[in-house]
Amino acid sequence: MNTDAAGLGRSRAVVFALPALVLIGVFLVFPALWTIYLGLTDYRLTGLAAADPQVVGTANYTAALGDERFRSSFWLTAQYVLGSAVIGQAGLGFTLAWTLRGRRGTVRRVVEGLVLLSWILPGSVVAFLWIALLDRDGGTLNALLGTPGAAWLLDHPMLSIIVFNTWRGTAFSMMLYSAALENVPVSHLETARLAGASTLQRLRDVVLPQIRGHVLTNVLLTSLWTFNDFTPFLITAGGPEGRSEILPFYVYNTALRGGQLGFGAAVSFLILLINLVFALAYLRLLRNRREVAV
Amino acid sequence: MISVHGLTKVFPGGVRALDSLDLEIGEGEFFALLGPSGCGKTTLLRTIAGLETPTSGSVVIGGTDVTALPPGRRDVAMVFQDYALFPHMDVTDNISYPLRIRKVPRDRRRARAAEVAGRLSLTELLGRRPGQLSGGQQQRVALARAIACHPRAFLFDEPLSNLDARLRLEARTFLKRLQDELGVTTVFVTHDQGEALALAHRIAVMDAGRVAQVGTPTEVFHRPATTFVASFIGSTPMNLLPGRMGDGALHVAGAVLPAPGDPPGGGDGGDGGDGGEIVYGVRPEYTDLSTTRRDDGFAGEVAVLENLGTATLVTLEGPGHLVQAVVPEGREPALGTTAWAVPRPGRALLYRDDVLVGRA
Amino acid sequence: MSPEPAGDPDARPGPAGGSEPRTPPGSAVPVGPAPGPRSPVRHAPVRHALGRISSAAFLALVAAFFALPMLWLASAPFDAHPSITVSVPEFTLANFRAILANPYAAGSIVNSVIQAGGAAVLVVVLAALAAYALSRVRVPGRDVLLYVLLLLSSVVTGTAAMVPIFELATRLGLVDTHLGVILVVSGGLLPAAIFILKDFMDATPTSYEESARVFGASPAQILRHIVVPLVRPGLATVAVWAVASVWGGFLMQYILLRDPDKSPSAVVLFTLYTEGGQPDLPLISTFSLLYSLPVVLMYLFVSSRYGFRFHGGIKQ
Repeated sequence: MNTDAAGLGRSRAVVFALPALVLIGVFLVFPALWTIYLGLTDYRLTGLAAADPQVVGTANYTAALGDERFRSSFWLTAQYVLGSAVIGQAGLGFTLAWTLRGRRGTVRRVVEGLVLLSWILPGSVVAFLWIALLDRDGGTLNALLGTPGAAWLLDHPMLSIIVFNTWRGTAFSMMLYSAALENVPVSHLETARLAGASTLQRLRDVVLPQIRGHVLTNVLLTSLWTFNDFTPFLITAGGPEGRSEILPFYVYNTALRGGQLGFGAAVSFLILLINLVFALAYLRLLRNRREVAV
Repeated sequence: MISVHGLTKVFPGGVRALDSLDLEIGEGEFFALLGPSGCGKTTLLRTIAGLETPTSGSVVIGGTDVTALPPGRRDVAMVFQDYALFPHMDVTDNISYPLRIRKVPRDRRRARAAEVAGRLSLTELLGRRPGQLSGGQQQRVALARAIACHPRAFLFDEPLSNLDARLRLEARTFLKRLQDELGVTTVFVTHDQGEALALAHRIAVMDAGRVAQVGTPTEVFHRPATTFVASFIGSTPMNLLPGRMGDGALHVAGAVLPAPGDPPGGGDGGDGGDGGEIVYGVRPEYTDLSTTRRDDGFAGEVAVLENLGTATLVTLEGPGHLVQAVVPEGREPALGTTAWAVPRPGRALLYRDDVLVGRA
Repeated sequence: MSPEPAGDPDARPGPAGGSEPRTPPGSAVPVGPAPGPRSPVRHAPVRHALGRISSAAFLALVAAFFALPMLWLASAPFDAHPSITVSVPEFTLANFRAILANPYAAGSIVNSVIQAGGAAVLVVVLAALAAYALSRVRVPGRDVLLYVLLLLSSVVTGTAAMVPIFELATRLGLVDTHLGVILVVSGGLLPAAIFILKDFMDATPTSYEESARVFGASPAQILRHIVVPLVRPGLATVAVWAVASVWGGFLMQYILLRDPDKSPSAVVLFTLYTEGGQPDLPLISTFSLLYSLPVVLMYLFVSSRYGFRFHGGIKQ
């Protein structure tokens, strides 16, 4: 029932939807498909292969898998996602939500405000704030720790961007877990308390089973976003010597800076595939939860 | 004024909401579409409004075939069950919205809104938003909006169902009076038979996409054409008991009752005359209770007493059947005793194959 | 929230004397050990106090961690001699003059406004039309289409598609144009925008539109008079979200724009601190602040008006 309340009719509905679909088709779907084709060619930004690219089959893929730099980049990416999304953002976000639960007033507002602010400030601003914080000579961190001259970005580039991204993205996890914890019935927690359960036992036996879906959603989404995040590029650009060159930077450096568009497209396609796995898992989760909810 | 011919509506998925339905509604009539949920009454109203396109058949309003016309060109006004008052407009803008669509100048729109609002005692509320109004006020604003555009017909979808019980009676009286004064043809949908009986000049009782009976409230109350109508109409459900005709008498649930008199509409009197299965129907209101044995009464143990205010509904449990009777206050039998429910002569109806065949 | 039964001094500002004014009648059963001489578990108050102290310490630490990088943004713009270290500023507003002195800084704000505003308008209008049609008319394959859209919006990210998008923009002559940036980022934002708005439209009863329709309103009039006002919160959500993402976005703008005259603030700021030589701290600090201010104000406005109901793209 209640279809087409305004009497739009199918033809007008198509006209309404078409502009958006065309735009999505040209600038989202087509590029994704084109990546597949470009990845099979030796297309370059300049030179002979720019004018007349040849199909080289899976040569780009074998080249990538054989490339030491690619393998190291892949490994760094895994560290980055695990460290900053799963452990950093999800872990800190949950701890914050748990600690702030039940609190009202200034403390909560200040902490939440600061966490949110680090999330909404523009990427190029926060990137410079962290460059300044970690600066070798005048950085505030060195002044605070009494370690003048410690070159954090040069000596510990991965640790730096992992901590940075935790700082940057915890807000989402905090808010998601805050909402989830509000839905855990207080009576369940009180029952566990009456039975003499410790905080950890209550977390394990009462809270976790109830918010399992949220945890999964959270980990999937923050991983997906972290995996595709380009902001740390503004801090380290993948350096020094590729020691923080996670996959997005690897693609940028080889394809757009190094001009190997075909090769870059092949690596992009691998990123698309990994994204697809994450997104399918997430959508499946959403669907299951909806079925349960309805 | 409004007539539909052979109207059929099959929804995608195969649900047949209307089944080659015919109906004639007269000029100025207050007409009720009554039936249980899912009987197709709302679909019929929406098809008359043009919100649904019939699968086949036609809708004629004021002599014009409007089947192919969009809703806005049928010159009808509809009041929805939830009133559909636009929450972002104040009462004035809501009432004058139909005139805005007709490009009536702003000051004339406002004047008309004020005039209609005055008539429905809404003048003080003109500046308010729907969210600030009570349910009864919202209903009157919805009526005012329908009146403001001078339509040829009003279509009301369950106009009273969103009001609480007390307000509903008040609104019912108000609605009846308003329709009387305006004299505009009005079709309304309701699942409440009391509402239909109280308001309508004529009622169409619907069942499974078809019209089971059309008639005045008196006709459908006193002479329900089918057992479906019989069980649907009336504040207490009619007693319907299986029986048999024979030996010039009726044998129903252990009682022996006089054979039928006149059949409905004169005609073939012999139809209910001889042997065969029948269903015997009598309203609890037309059933008296006797505490002494009666051959023309249904025996049973007093199982339930329900206080109706000025009377009591008594349920007798006999062997294999339940019979209900209404007794005046102070005359209730004791629970657990045996009593006899005696139909008043001439008030009972006989059905064969679910169709009315005679009275007894 | 129900009261903490073990006695939470902050959450219970009730009058002294042991009465429990905030405890609702039905739940006045003491749960857990009550602090006091009759308590069976004597060490509970101690443990509770320790818990409070450790959670307060944790929150202080977290607050410091999140505040630390931002202190510079608060102090340096107003410091007569800004350095890279955070210090108590010697107050001045003179640094803001540096923005006007730079050939690209002020213009880049205009570019950001054009690109963020253009994309937001495009996204809101196109998404609203599409969401309305998809919400109200049963087009065959609609559910599959929505599913695929949702999938695409999270899979085809700027990072994963920068190569073909750069190539496409080059061939269409969209490099170094505002339009190119607007179209590319809108393509990425639209699926989630359609999804959010369809949720809003699905939630509005159809009887409003049917009512207007019976009164003779055309589909365009219904959209203008009824639907748009009813889903205005949704439109605002999508607009704010689109402006914020384009305003802060970097990668697409960075690869699509070479000409600093077209570059938005995100890109110009980046070039300010990556170009060789000593970074111009008065300029970087004031410009960062100015450039951050609009999004911060926007979020404050949204959270005060609607409460911070974040939808954040596909995050439902």
